[in-house]
Amino acid sequence: MRPNELINRRTVFQTAVVLVFIILLAQLFYLQVLRNDYKKYADSNAFLNRTIYPSRGMIYDRTGKLLVYNRPAYDIIIIMNEIEPFDTLDFCNTIHITKQQFINRIIEIKDRRKNPGYSSYTQQILYTQVSAEEYGILQEKLYKFPGFYVQSRTIREYGDSIGAHFLGDIGEVNKRDIENDNYYVSGDYSGRSGIEKSYEEVLRGEKGVEIMLRDAHGRLKGRYENGIHDKEARAGKNLHLSIDSELQRYGELLMKNKTGSIVAIDPETGGILCLVSSPTYNPNLLIGRLRGKNHVELSKDPKKPLFNRALMAQYPPGSTFKPAQSLVFLQEGAITPSTSFYCWGKGGHPACHAHASPISLIPALATSCNVFPYFALRIVFGNKTKYPTIQDAMDSWRDYMVSMGFGYTLGVDLPGEKRGLIPNSRFYDKIYGTNGWKYNTIYSISIGQGEVNLTPIQIANLAAQISNRGWYYPPHIVKEVEQGQLDSIYTHKRHTLIDSKYYDAIIQGMHGAVNEGTCRGAQIDSINVCGKTGTAQNRGEDHSIFMGFAPMEKARIAISVYVENGGFGARWAVPIGGLMMEKYLKGKIPENRKWVEDKMINGTVKVYGL
Amino acid sequence: MGFRQTSVWHNVDWITIVLYLAILIVGWGCVYSAGYNFDNASIFDLDQRFGKQLIWIGICIITAMALLLIDSDFYQYFSYFIYATIILILIATIFLAEDVKGSRSWLTLGPLTVQPAEFAKFATALALATFMNSYNFKLFSLKNSLATGAIILLPMVLILLQKETGSALVFSAFLLVLYREGMSGMILYSGLLAVTIFILSIKFGGIMISDTTSFGEVSIVVLTLLSGIVMLWMYQPTKGKIRVLLLKIISFFTVVTFVLALTPLKISYAFPGYICIFICAIILLYYALLDKIHDFALIGLLMAGSIAFMFSVNYLFYNVLQPHQRIRIEVLLGLKEDLNGAGYNVNQSKIAIGSGGITGKGFLNGTQTKLKYVPEQDTDFIFCTVGEEKGFIGVSIVLGLYLVLLLRLIALAERQRYSFGRIYGYSVVSILFFHITVNVGMVIGLLPVIGIPLPLLSYGGSSLWAFTILLFIFLSIDAQTKPSY
Ligand SMILES: [Zn+2]
Repeated sequence: MRPNELINRRTVFQTAVVLVFIILLAQLFYLQVLRNDYKKYADSNAFLNRTIYPSRGMIYDRTGKLLVYNRPAYDIIIIMNEIEPFDTLDFCNTIHITKQQFINRIIEIKDRRKNPGYSSYTQQILYTQVSAEEYGILQEKLYKFPGFYVQSRTIREYGDSIGAHFLGDIGEVNKRDIENDNYYVSGDYSGRSGIEKSYEEVLRGEKGVEIMLRDAHGRLKGRYENGIHDKEARAGKNLHLSIDSELQRYGELLMKNKTGSIVAIDPETGGILCLVSSPTYNPNLLIGRLRGKNHVELSKDPKKPLFNRALMAQYPPGSTFKPAQSLVFLQEGAITPSTSFYCWGKGGHPACHAHASPISLIPALATSCNVFPYFALRIVFGNKTKYPTIQDAMDSWRDYMVSMGFGYTLGVDLPGEKRGLIPNSRFYDKIYGTNGWKYNTIYSISIGQGEVNLTPIQIANLAAQISNRGWYYPPHIVKEVEQGQLDSIYTHKRHTLIDSKYYDAIIQGMHGAVNEGTCRGAQIDSINVCGKTGTAQNRGEDHSIFMGFAPMEKARIAISVYVENGGFGARWAVPIGGLMMEKYLKGKIPENRKWVEDKMINGTVKVYGL
Repeated sequence: MGFRQTSVWHNVDWITIVLYLAILIVGWGCVYSAGYNFDNASIFDLDQRFGKQLIWIGICIITAMALLLIDSDFYQYFSYFIYATIILILIATIFLAEDVKGSRSWLTLGPLTVQPAEFAKFATALALATFMNSYNFKLFSLKNSLATGAIILLPMVLILLQKETGSALVFSAFLLVLYREGMSGMILYSGLLAVTIFILSIKFGGIMISDTTSFGEVSIVVLTLLSGIVMLWMYQPTKGKIRVLLLKIISFFTVVTFVLALTPLKISYAFPGYICIFICAIILLYYALLDKIHDFALIGLLMAGSIAFMFSVNYLFYNVLQPHQRIRIEVLLGLKEDLNGAGYNVNQSKIAIGSGGITGKGFLNGTQTKLKYVPEQDTDFIFCTVGEEKGFIGVSIVLGLYLVLLLRLIALAERQRYSFGRIYGYSVVSILFFHITVNVGMVIGLLPVIGIPLPLLSYGGSSLWAFTILLFIFLSIDAQTKPSY
């Protein structure tokens, strides 16, 4: 050992100490300065963001009667990695499930294919919508089940059990909803159909959040900084509908054991007074834990109770189309109210029935002559100076029809509305070739048969615009959003391409139909009613159709009634339409008409194929 | 027993005392913060830990003053007596102590509970310094080195029997003292090499660079050969002939290895390396006997031993260690991510420190520590509180204080007139250094979880008191040396 080596060792020692401290500092620099994910981990450890759910907006009818409200319900939440051994049987008995169901549910939650957001550190919804009684018992015992939490929620209650189709329902959001709208997280509810869906953003309100501190054992240690970072929940807005719930209930009663729909509109505002689709169902079937099961059953029912016929069924309008046609004849100058045509009755095409002949516009509407519109439309199409080709004539006709709200959706504030069909020249060119068709090929559109298809609400809207003499507001079901605004399309008048002076003759014709023509069954004491029957041919028995409005002078209600396979219009649709208008205008049905009411309520119409 | 005549306050090293007090104050702040509850906070509640710590700080300052007043000869005269007493207490502790979380190291004395193992450190340091200071002591005589080893190993074994592995490991810090006093650096290097081989063979033993060769094997062979050559250079710079011979042998086997890699033979590429190391070791031992140069023998044994050690590590790891011990090691080496078991504590403590960022979350604002995510947050993991609430700036200041303290103590030790003072001084430095390195290394995930406190910062009366005694005995010795400096 050389003497200076020991002195050297002091330096080695000092160097080693400094080196080790540099290594320690380097690692600290890496952890604290270079890596920036630890902050996030620390926050997700310490902060539990507890969502505060706002109460969903309530729904009232036009008279202020409460139709949809909230009832408290409770979700059971679990955080898997906080669970300690517990009495499974006790837990299952408390919320009335079997041990096997519980085990299956746990497997389901952990399955990342079904539950992509699963993590054992985050809240998972074990059961939704536990009843208040179950909640009460569970709350007492909750200390025995670490890792289990209860979150209060509200569920919908449909007080009157009517209007299932337009009220709709709410259900748990799916993967796509969550991707499309970052408001939602797994386990949230959103409107799935009806108003609940179309007004989802108004009804749902705004979620709040409460930031809680959570210790390593999952115990909550109070609010973070006394809640100054919390956000309060904002309740959803209430909706007032234009629906008259009494009329709606009455309509559903009348349509019992029949298939079809009734749509009534207040012509002055475009507000929908009733929207009946039959068969219907109790909206309370689609709430709570049974929603899934009941939904499957309803969707399997061959009568298709979930199908909202009022907006989605597309039928040939039959003779209810004749007033719309007649307006085009007058506007085009093809006829005047005094123009008469000879009717060949049963002997030709289209076939007609017995009535006085020759016949002018007003009696032709009253008796629903088929030959009159056939000749009149032929004149429109035959105007070679105005329309050099049949294509020009066809498209001009199409434009008139579209201006009356046909061929496109009306923009009703409910999901799923269909547009119907108004053919144009391209449509026929495709079928027959450009030179392959002439008026006689397509004449059946003149009497509302053939390719023309309308939805019941489009027919009701036709009645409304006739009563208004040429304008309408797009039909809508929500009259008022509390502390909010209605979409501007419902407050802008739409005008048809028909001058208002031409409507008088049509209204007289429809008045005649009720007074002495095909729809005498719609007469109401001391009120001038206008109407038009329809009978649409199809497989099986004809569809029975009625369209009308009352009072004639200033209509307060415009209506369409469609009874599938109901035969002549006069048989089912006319009396039902009459009863509905009378009920709305007078509040009750007089004794001398009770027998009609009974007959309608108790009558059954068999649907083709069922 | 005699008291000093000259004014100790004039001679004592005030720099060390200021550093000591600074660390104590920081430590109390950390203990206060670690015990702080978001719900109820009253600062001077003596039932709380920060209150108790305050009492301990008071006791420590009184103790420190008393120690400074005692004549330094006292320590030397009574060192064996103190050592023997502590050994007896350690033995008694094994039988008297109650089981606390698997360890039997705490003695209850009335209202106090103390951990005798903490006090064994300064007692051993005193005994060692006295023994090595004795007349005609030679570290290289077999008798002396055995006795030296015994002084260190006796308390170590007794503490191991108390199931306090961490505290027992602290005694290996005395190796650093022995190194300073002339023990061959090769012994320290062998220890370092052993740890490196251990890590290489566990961590890279499974990473294959061919069907039959692992990266671990190859890297250990290369490391061993490099160590051998470098040591030959350092210890026998004049014997160039043998170095050249060994280099030729190594070159030959390197060529063999590359040829082997080109053949389809299913033999490990490390195999020629093993043969090479074996031949080198034989040659070195031969010349050691021939020329009577025992450095050759040591280097030869080190090389052969490295390879033997590698094989036994594999055997030990897979056939002897318990699964939970294996997991601890694997988690540490980053082979396993076990966030709920062994890795949980370290992960949470890394989150705490990492989330502090540069400036920290502010005093009393650490969520990781306040909400009890970090275990033992006021004792072994106290450093987390600094990291989380004071950030990188805070930990740099704390480590800076420690570093300055250690360098200052080295300087003090080197200025001692007698080897008694120097050896005792280096013992203080080595023990503090070991504690700081292992504790901080554990908290930031560089070293395995070995539960030892951070000196003067962690909560705990025994440890605080014992470190104070350890340090102030040295300051007392130093104060007497100073006038003649
Ligand atoms: Zn006719």
